[in-house]
Amino acid sequence: MRHNSSQLGYKVQSASIEGRGVKLEIARSTVLKPIGDDSSSHFRLVSSPAIKFEMTRKLGFAFLLLAAASICEAAAIFSPISEAHRSAALELFSPAAGTFSSLEEATEALRTFEVLGIEIESDLKDSTCKSAVDALSSGSPNSKDLYYALRVSSVLQCKISDGALTGVALRLKDFVKDAKSLLDFYYSIGGLVLIKDQTSEVDVLLDDADGIFRSVKDLSQSDGKWRYSSNNPESSTYAAGIALETLSGVITLKSSDIDGNLIDALKRDVVKLFDNIDKYDDGAYYFDDRFVDASGHQGPVSATSSVARGLTTLASTSGSLNIPGDKILGLARFFLGIGVPGTGKDLYYQIDALASLDQSRVLVPLILSLQASVLSISSQDKLKVKVTTVLGSTGPPLSVKLMQVFSSGSKDASIINQELKFDPKEAVHVLDALPVGVDVGEYVFAFEIVLSDPEHKKIYVTGGRTKVPVYVTGVVKVENSKVEVLESDSVETQQKLDLPGKNDVALTANHLQKLRLSFQLTTPLQNPFKPHQALLKLRHESGVEHSFVVNSGKLFETTLDFLGLVENFFYLSGKYDMELTVGDPAMENSFLQPLGHIELDLPDAPEKYGPKPEIAHIFRLQEKRPPQELSYAFLGLVFVPFLAFLVGLLRLGVNMKNFPTSMIPAAFAILFHGGIAAVLGLYGLFWLKLDLFTTLKTLGVLGLFLMFVGHRTLSHLASASAKVKSA
Amino acid sequence: MGKSPTTKDDAQALFHSLRSAYSATPTNLKIIDLYVVFAVFTALIQVVYMAVVGSFPFNSFLSGVLSCVGTAVLAVCLRIQVNKENKEFKDLPPERAFADFVLCNLVLHLVIMNFLG
Repeated sequence: MRHNSSQLGYKVQSASIEGRGVKLEIARSTVLKPIGDDSSSHFRLVSSPAIKFEMTRKLGFAFLLLAAASICEAAAIFSPISEAHRSAALELFSPAAGTFSSLEEATEALRTFEVLGIEIESDLKDSTCKSAVDALSSGSPNSKDLYYALRVSSVLQCKISDGALTGVALRLKDFVKDAKSLLDFYYSIGGLVLIKDQTSEVDVLLDDADGIFRSVKDLSQSDGKWRYSSNNPESSTYAAGIALETLSGVITLKSSDIDGNLIDALKRDVVKLFDNIDKYDDGAYYFDDRFVDASGHQGPVSATSSVARGLTTLASTSGSLNIPGDKILGLARFFLGIGVPGTGKDLYYQIDALASLDQSRVLVPLILSLQASVLSISSQDKLKVKVTTVLGSTGPPLSVKLMQVFSSGSKDASIINQELKFDPKEAVHVLDALPVGVDVGEYVFAFEIVLSDPEHKKIYVTGGRTKVPVYVTGVVKVENSKVEVLESDSVETQQKLDLPGKNDVALTANHLQKLRLSFQLTTPLQNPFKPHQALLKLRHESGVEHSFVVNSGKLFETTLDFLGLVENFFYLSGKYDMELTVGDPAMENSFLQPLGHIELDLPDAPEKYGPKPEIAHIFRLQEKRPPQELSYAFLGLVFVPFLAFLVGLLRLGVNMKNFPTSMIPAAFAILFHGGIAAVLGLYGLFWLKLDLFTTLKTLGVLGLFLMFVGHRTLSHLASASAKVKSA
Repeated sequence: MGKSPTTKDDAQALFHSLRSAYSATPTNLKIIDLYVVFAVFTALIQVVYMAVVGSFPFNSFLSGVLSCVGTAVLAVCLRIQVNKENKEFKDLPPERAFADFVLCNLVLHLVIMNFLG
């Protein structure tokens, strides 16, 4: 990947720029300066070819502070107006059907073309002039139409008779008297100023300049913004810019002196306005009106542009204002930072504001830009720096010094303090050689602009230390590159590679081996280089790809251990194509090269989802039981005492004499013995198969029966034996 | 024989006197004694069996032995209550004692059967 630096060359129509330059000179030689540090009442016209340079202590201190503060800015590239703006202007302002749709649009287009030095074809010029003249002589009751018609005619130098202009001037003066809102004042006074510029024959001076000044000033607010009219509380910064322009017009048109206090108060308001300015990190300052105000304008571009115009117009009429230089430079940076706007209105605001700043009597901003921000060490590009005005014309004689070089991301920098050589042919400052130690990568170069003529410090503002990002690229050497197949850490096959050229190696490996790729990257300054990307890709013949990051260190290497990667590779054996990608934005020879192929022999995939082995339940082993014969023997043995009991009973001479002989007692006796037998039988059944509950239930029944029967029997026996005893 | 009476002669004489005294007991008491001897012997045989084959299942062994021992104990109680020479139970009719004996045996055997398993 080779970076192509965009060529920021531009062609300038020398005639018009020089013309403007001449105007600049004239304008600058007549400067109104206040005497004394605090606001005093009178001014003095200093008309000398050379500017008397009175550096007040306040201003000097302010500059020192600027120099210190500018170090904290972020690095950014601001480039002056270029061909891109010209082509955008032609595209955005090309009138449909050959004429502009309105005088307002015509004003914007013509002003933009004028600044950018674009010629208008004569047909369009004629038709636009015609519509302007018609508007002026039509007697329209609108001061806005008259204003825009006058603007168009002043740009195009349309031929209007003095008589017509006198009539217009009278109407405008009436408008001024009847004006109620800020815009009324703006259009009418602006129109009178334009007439004054065109011809000196017509009387445009205002009788009550002081009163008009006051009535416009009354619309100001304490925060520096302006209201549009006394009934409407809406205020905006855009309105402030318009008001400043209007008031400077009043100063120009005065027939008698305006109270100096008013002008000083106005200047203080301007300073207050600048106290509320917004800022971006890269040093751009801007005003932001976040709402759509009465005139339908919205956004930072229109607001900042209006303030820039108003400020510079005020400075040109009533002397320099106490605005710090970095804010002026910040305004210029804001407009340049927009790039090429997308709408005609925004382009007009941008170009108009930059043109005003360029001619400003406050301070003219100078922009440092690089011809190319990407340098190649290998092609030995030289860093070329241009310092121009915002419109791209050459600035005053100055020298550029490279003060510091920061490498990206780190705070510490190397102090260089090297002056760049000025090439008058190309009007660039050239850095002959890059500082020692600047290798490929991203850097921030801090430049300082030093004006050759110390008096120019009052005219131009350079911004002290300017930081710009610079990319240094180069050809990175790839050395010692080889790919090996390792068998338990000992090299089995080795192939040397020729990177970044073509390679075609053929390797084989099985899953027990490892693949190692290693190489070294060196920058043109012999330092080790760490690229943004270093990947090794293996692609199977079936299309499955695996990417691996090559680890950096002293040596770039990656070791693929196939034993661990078998599963990642989905057990696919076969031919894998190897591809190495090394890339970085600073590397001019980034490459994506096929290296060859490797035959991998991987084991078969295991059956992951087959049936698992069956588990047989192991029942509890039975306790060791004695042999059956032994148990039977003891069973027999247990009955022996019973037999012995029976034998003993017989020997004792048991008899059944007490058994009752009569019917009923006999029956009861039999039932008694039967009951006992039944209970014992129940117990036997209980042991064999019954459960406790049925047993208990049956036992309850039997027990009741048995108790009844037993009671009868035994009481009979008792009475019988009692009879025997008594007898 | 003019020898001094030996231990053997003494034991023999003791044995004879016991035997003759025992024969004087009433028959029903002898029946009960026989019953007790029978029960104890049965228990002994069970213990010997357990000693031979091991104590598994232990609950069966216990229930067997306890049934014999229990019934022997109850029989002894019956003998005490029925014995006419026993002044304590003079007023207790022997039928009543026998009824108690039967009842207690039945309860004992219920428990034994439950524990037999």
